[in-house]
Amino acid sequence: MSERRPPAPQSTRPRVAMLVTHIRAEEKLLREALVVAGLTCDVLLDRELRLDLLADAGQAAPNGRPWREYEAILIRTVSQSRGLLAALVLEGWGLRVINRYETAAICADKARTTLTLARAGIPQPAVRLAFTPAAGLSALDELSYPAVLKPVVGSWGRLLARVRDAEEAEAILEHRQTLGGYAQQVVYAQEYIEKPGRDIRAFVIGERPICAIYRASEHWVTNTARGGRASNCPLTPELVSLCERAAAAVGGGLLALDVLEAPDGRLLLNEINHTMEFRNSSAPTGVDIAAAVAEYVREAVLPVRARAE
Amino acid sequence: MLAVQEAVLCPMCDATQEISADAMLNELIACGDCGGELEIVSLQPLRLELAPPCEEDWGE
Ligand SMILES: [Zn+2]
Repeated sequence: MSERRPPAPQSTRPRVAMLVTHIRAEEKLLREALVVAGLTCDVLLDRELRLDLLADAGQAAPNGRPWREYEAILIRTVSQSRGLLAALVLEGWGLRVINRYETAAICADKARTTLTLARAGIPQPAVRLAFTPAAGLSALDELSYPAVLKPVVGSWGRLLARVRDAEEAEAILEHRQTLGGYAQQVVYAQEYIEKPGRDIRAFVIGERPICAIYRASEHWVTNTARGGRASNCPLTPELVSLCERAAAAVGGGLLALDVLEAPDGRLLLNEINHTMEFRNSSAPTGVDIAAAVAEYVREAVLPVRARAE
Repeated sequence: MLAVQEAVLCPMCDATQEISADAMLNELIACGDCGGELEIVSLQPLRLELAPPCEEDWGE
């Protein structure tokens, strides 16, 4: 990745902010990498934000510094709704937000992701959207069982359910109708892909994949947060092309793309994550993902004349 | 930076926590004894609180 350069004098270092819910391994790695890339990085907490919606970027961030002094704000909140609203406000003030609001908003909503990718002709599992348990059950009949029920917002594999038949589906849909919030009452039903005991996660910077891992798991939800094991996945021309097209479709940025291998060998785009978790992915791939992110941020904030050097 | 010798206890189970020298404010750590998720809410003096529970919209 990028070569380490001697740190710039403090005064000339571009200042960026990283908005977080709390500090995890990723945020720690990113902060170090941003400093190595020659930037000054302030950490801001989403819980401390007080945004005057009728004023501009001259107002103070929680640390007292005017927002307009930040060349960029990297959104790393685990709270997707806080991250999205903050991005919307900050971008509205003319600040550079990474990822951009529109990209994050598409990725945070599975229905919007599906629609956006479909318009770009990206292969995906079949999906039905419905708003009541009855309509959801009809949609599942069309998809045939087994199928997967997903919440339209949220990730980490929470509330994902594989349903084997109508009886199971009805129990889950009725339960969510009664107990779940509004977002859980929207039925997003997806074709179940019989995958080879693993799925692929590709890391994209801008519109280019820099590395990918296989996540192996006995459980059908292969999420490293749930104990899936990671190993290097080669960037084949087919995978690279799929990732480039999918990333471009959502506007590009710092993205983790979840890809499924169908039994017929086709690659299907499953989900796009806009606040990527990568702590376990640099070791198997040999790619310093935090450094690549920092370089992307550095290039975004450098004045045009300095970029040529 | 921060000295490791400062003893700090898990607010859940009172087990002594080893905090690394490069710990950051608002960093999440897991208690090795009870597995509870803790947040470093102060570095000097070192203070831990139970991390906020996972919410419906949390994710990547
Ligand atoms: Zn404990």
